[in-house]
Amino acid sequence: MSAVSAPTEPVVRVSDLSVRVGTVEAVHSVGFELAAGRRTGLIGESGSGKTLTALAVMGLLPDGLSASGRAVYREQDLVALSEAELCRLRGDRLSMIFQEPLSALNPVQTIGEQVAEPLRLHRGLGGRESLARARELLERVQIPRAAEKLGQYPHQLSGGQRQRAMIAMAISCSPEVLIADEPTTALDVTVQAEVLRLLDRLVDEEGATLLLITHDLPVVAGLCDRVLVMYGGHLVEEGAVGEVFDSPRHPYTLALLESIPSLDQELPSGRFRAIPGAVPGLGQFPSGCPFRNRCPRATELCATMPALEGEGHRAACWHPAS
Amino acid sequence: MLLSVVTPADTDQRRPAVSEVLAVTEPDVESAWRRRSGLNPSLIAGGILVGAVVLTALVSYVWTPMDPTHVVVSDRFRAPGQGGHLLGSDALGRDVASQIMAGARNTLLVGMVTVVIALLVGVPLGGVAALYRGWAEELVMRLSDLVLAFPALLLAFLFAAVFHASTLTAMGAIGIAFVPVFARVVRGAGLQVMEQDYVTAARTFGSSTLGIFFRHLLPNVASVMIVQGTIAFAIAILAEAALSYLGLGTPPPTPSWGRMLSDAQNYLAQSSTLALWPGLSIALSVLGFNLLGDGLRDLLDPKLVQRIPPQ
Ligand SMILES: Nc1ncnc2c1ncn2[C@@H]1O[C@H](COP(=O)(O)OP(=O)(O)O)[C@@H](O)[C@H]1O
Ligand code: SF4
Ligand SMILES: [Mg+2]
Repeated sequence: MSAVSAPTEPVVRVSDLSVRVGTVEAVHSVGFELAAGRRTGLIGESGSGKTLTALAVMGLLPDGLSASGRAVYREQDLVALSEAELCRLRGDRLSMIFQEPLSALNPVQTIGEQVAEPLRLHRGLGGRESLARARELLERVQIPRAAEKLGQYPHQLSGGQRQRAMIAMAISCSPEVLIADEPTTALDVTVQAEVLRLLDRLVDEEGATLLLITHDLPVVAGLCDRVLVMYGGHLVEEGAVGEVFDSPRHPYTLALLESIPSLDQELPSGRFRAIPGAVPGLGQFPSGCPFRNRCPRATELCATMPALEGEGHRAACWHPAS
Repeated sequence: MLLSVVTPADTDQRRPAVSEVLAVTEPDVESAWRRRSGLNPSLIAGGILVGAVVLTALVSYVWTPMDPTHVVVSDRFRAPGQGGHLLGSDALGRDVASQIMAGARNTLLVGMVTVVIALLVGVPLGGVAALYRGWAEELVMRLSDLVLAFPALLLAFLFAAVFHASTLTAMGAIGIAFVPVFARVVRGAGLQVMEQDYVTAARTFGSSTLGIFFRHLLPNVASVMIVQGTIAFAIAILAEAALSYLGLGTPPPTPSWGRMLSDAQNYLAQSSTLALWPGLSIALSVLGFNLLGDGLRDLLDPKLVQRIPPQ
């Protein structure tokens, strides 16, 4: 695969991507690239526009929301693609794992039927064959007694097992790009680490390109190569994980890092400090820099939106920290 | 309200939020379980009555006491029990019991064809409205308003005028009158289903809109459709009887309860019981299907968007 010879070649190139909720713009022309075989973390507080960005890339925005701009996957602009063409790609070349596995599984269909579905749709496997594959997949995601679980319903599985089943569905066709939207947020703390380890291993085995959305910064530090920071629907900082976490430029990234109750000495601060104020609702961010009402460094200049600037490590701030 | 179709709880006006649906769903699972565990009285009574009508219709294919269409003028207006006529004979000397039995076939045929027409047209229309929204939904909803505003009786007159009045025109008119009911129920349930995360997840894994219709929407509305279908069946029986009574339904000589009733009316002086039998048959079968619908409603609880399958 060309990804091996040229590891930085982007599989997905997002540019000028905006999402509107009715007439309000919720995501403001974000641009980033997902390098082949690399893992990119997408962080930011709740309400920063992470999920909307991911849904827009997948062409899955709910009714009433619309995307503009480009999200190019292998010469195809996902934003402009028809639903039929997206159906062919989704679940096969592009896949996604959701935050809440219970609601993402149909309560009245067996686990086997659901895990087998992508294989039926994209590989044309018949009932028996696809169920046999579903069983292998459940074993691969380490669900105990996989054969028995095939005939069970989602509510009969534990939260961790349900998320494993979702992961099995997502990787069933060996997708090139996998988006995981807070895959462990809804799980017990004790199983979060296991599920992340599983995800880590599978992404490795499949050579997939991962976009991991989370607000757990240590997870990004441990799993990802690059990190994107979003706030107020803007991409505010981007760079290699080491650089961004060691020397954050954007005051928001700095604040995020400082808000971690840190046991990890690699992180820049041992203190624990909450970011003052709360994330404003949609359309209630200040004009100019969206962080300016919470930012300790804000000046009059910040009433104008700064551009995302820098080489490799970029930040959108008039008064960057380092 | 001879032929007006009653729209069930109008799902049209508001679109409940997912949280709302879930809030309603949780406690209902409990009560659904409790009800599911026992057969309720409506279900039993309705089942018996409907079973009796079905059995009568089936038996009539192989056996009736006499030929239901055989005219014996000398044998007119026999009282029940006389001359071998269990329920008496009519103005042309035909055996009433045999006609009632054969009439059950017509009644069931009308009910079934009507409900099938309503389902075959209404369910896809409602599905399209829920799945595609936009102008398709607008069109479906306005069309269904139009049909709802147009009395089925007028439609039946129209059909009878254009074609010949027959069982088919009656079934067509009643069936079309029911289409909006089914379309609206499917659309309402469909809108709720489309908001579920598992539909987004299904799309994420490549399900097409058609796939979502069959795999997620239909199973979810199946129980509502069974209940609505049973109730529509009852109304269709009544409607066909009414149309036949007005001469817009089943033409002679095919035995029909509605026409027997209208014929009997002319001879109330000669035989007071002649109107009793078809009237009773209509009343009991309509009651039976209504009770069955109520019983099924309790059993299947259509309020549940997500039914928890048995362990
Ligand atoms: N379906 C929707 N309808 C209306 N507003 C929405 C919808 N989805 C998200 N939003 C709004 O868009 C903003 C960004 O949401 P989201 O992308 O979910 O944030 P995140 O995933 O970073 O927590 C939030 O203010 C949220 O309320
Ligand atoms: S642009 Fe101004 S307000 Fe925004 S983060 Fe930088 S310093 Fe703070
Ligand atoms: Mg989110």
